[in-house]
Amino acid sequence: MDGFGVTVAFWILAAVTLVAGGGVMVSRNLLHAVLFLILSFIGVAGFFVLLSAEFIAMAQVIIYVGAITVLILFAVLLTPRASRDNSETVWALPGMLLAVCLAAIFLFVVHDTQWKTVTDAPLLTTQDLGHALLGTWVLPFEIASVLLTAALVGAIMLTRSAEEEAEDALA
Amino acid sequence: MTTFLATDNWYDLRDLANLSREILEAADKILPFGVVYVLAAVIGFVASFLIFVLPSQLFVGVYGERKLIGRIQSRYGPNRVGPFGLLQPIADAIKLMQKEALTPTRSDRLVMYVAPIFFVAPAVLLFAVIPFGPNMVFADIPVSLMYFLAISSLPVLANFMAGWSANNKYSLFGAIRIVAMTISYETPLVMSLLGAVVISSTLSLQGMVLWADEYKIWLGLVQPLALVIYFICVSAELNRTPTDIAEAESEIVAGYLTEYSGMKWGLFYGMDIGYALAASAFAATVFLGGWTLFGLEKWVPPWIIFIGKTHLFYALFIWTRGTLPRLRSDQLMAFAWKFLLPLALFNLFIVVTERMIWSEEGYDKAYIYLFAIFNILVSGLLVFAWARFNGYRPDDVPTRPRLVKEARGYVPLGENE
Repeated sequence: MDGFGVTVAFWILAAVTLVAGGGVMVSRNLLHAVLFLILSFIGVAGFFVLLSAEFIAMAQVIIYVGAITVLILFAVLLTPRASRDNSETVWALPGMLLAVCLAAIFLFVVHDTQWKTVTDAPLLTTQDLGHALLGTWVLPFEIASVLLTAALVGAIMLTRSAEEEAEDALA
Repeated sequence: MTTFLATDNWYDLRDLANLSREILEAADKILPFGVVYVLAAVIGFVASFLIFVLPSQLFVGVYGERKLIGRIQSRYGPNRVGPFGLLQPIADAIKLMQKEALTPTRSDRLVMYVAPIFFVAPAVLLFAVIPFGPNMVFADIPVSLMYFLAISSLPVLANFMAGWSANNKYSLFGAIRIVAMTISYETPLVMSLLGAVVISSTLSLQGMVLWADEYKIWLGLVQPLALVIYFICVSAELNRTPTDIAEAESEIVAGYLTEYSGMKWGLFYGMDIGYALAASAFAATVFLGGWTLFGLEKWVPPWIIFIGKTHLFYALFIWTRGTLPRLRSDQLMAFAWKFLLPLALFNLFIVVTERMIWSEEGYDKAYIYLFAIFNILVSGLLVFAWARFNGYRPDDVPTRPRLVKEARGYVPLGENE
């Protein structure tokens, strides 16, 4: 990673992502937490752009920012008592302990791994990604899509109540 | 790409990139390091304001829309301020700036303040990848189509923030409606664009324009069903009038904008037009051949052709707004999932098959015209067949105004007979 602009962009994105991530934990209001989550997702998409993985960056924005957070917003809004504040729970201490342990493990792994560095890596384009997904790895790709479709149908089946079934049967 | 340009000279206004490059290179020799970027930003701002924002946003967007809808509804429209009322948008802007921007006491002040800003930024970002000419594209990234889709999924969050922060029931209704509608209509929209991507085999907007130029046909003719689905979906996502259930005045006051006033409201209003223009520019690039016009781009500046196509597509938005009545919330949802999504899937299936046939024939140019004729016929047939299959029937032309109850709406076949 070289160049003045890239370095500045990295530090700005790092600051935005980390501050937003902290905001998710600290903010008392659930919806503020979701909005902070969106900001941190956008920051992560910026990192992918810096790594010249444009396709993944765009997919990150479309899927995480465009779809998943919107679903979270729905879940928060449609849950009763969602407007209450995030107060202290008995799980605060164990949760913090777990977070510290996880961070320690991650740091240890990142620090101790012998990272392979390649000086002249081939620049992979979106076309290569498409060939890999629909050529070499077509079977896992298709299995994943079938699984997702099954989950979709299952969710629809679960959420339909008996009254709705009866109404549809009449119509 | 240089074949379109007779010259690379600065006075060749067919591509404004020549002129700006000359100015910036000359300035780079005189000015210290870094200042040239500021100069580039200033030139870009002034040029885009003069050739695109002023004519499009103000005169076509605000004035043209009000005037055209006025004519559609047999009234004059704005005709008092300036010649033909042309200065009306500027007068509107001055009025909005003078108005007080109220904030309710019980609202979430910070989120309510940030929402209009968060709404404006993506509208500007969208134009970064739109090619105005052979070299007139700010960021020619290889996945610009996906970039456009990604950025255009952001404003709905600003709408949601606006609706939720106002602490008003009607605002929240509007916010939930727009979020639900965007999720529903994003699916057929992406499916229909996938058809265009498959046939042109590129994710780059500039690449799609070059494809249209190479095969001398617009993608909208090869993919007519995709164009129609895109138009319907995008007008639903943009909250344009036939589908503007998120701010339906007759149902929920003004939806997510209920508590906004002054220039905060003005930003939402102005950028709604900005998004519609961006969607028109995108459609003109993908489906209408962008800055090419069958050889005319060698004589007329390509950016004028492109802006003309954008305005033409925008006129379609105005037309539907002036003529169609608003749909109900559940009707819109059912339309997206039961009608548009299956049609988009059929379309995708057809186009993938055609692509396979085409690749076996060695990408012969004649085949694309064959596909275009075939697709136009099949699209009409598919819409008709799928409507019949779902039990909709064409209503006969009414001779006098009827109540919906009287006409019984679009009831499935076999009911109430």
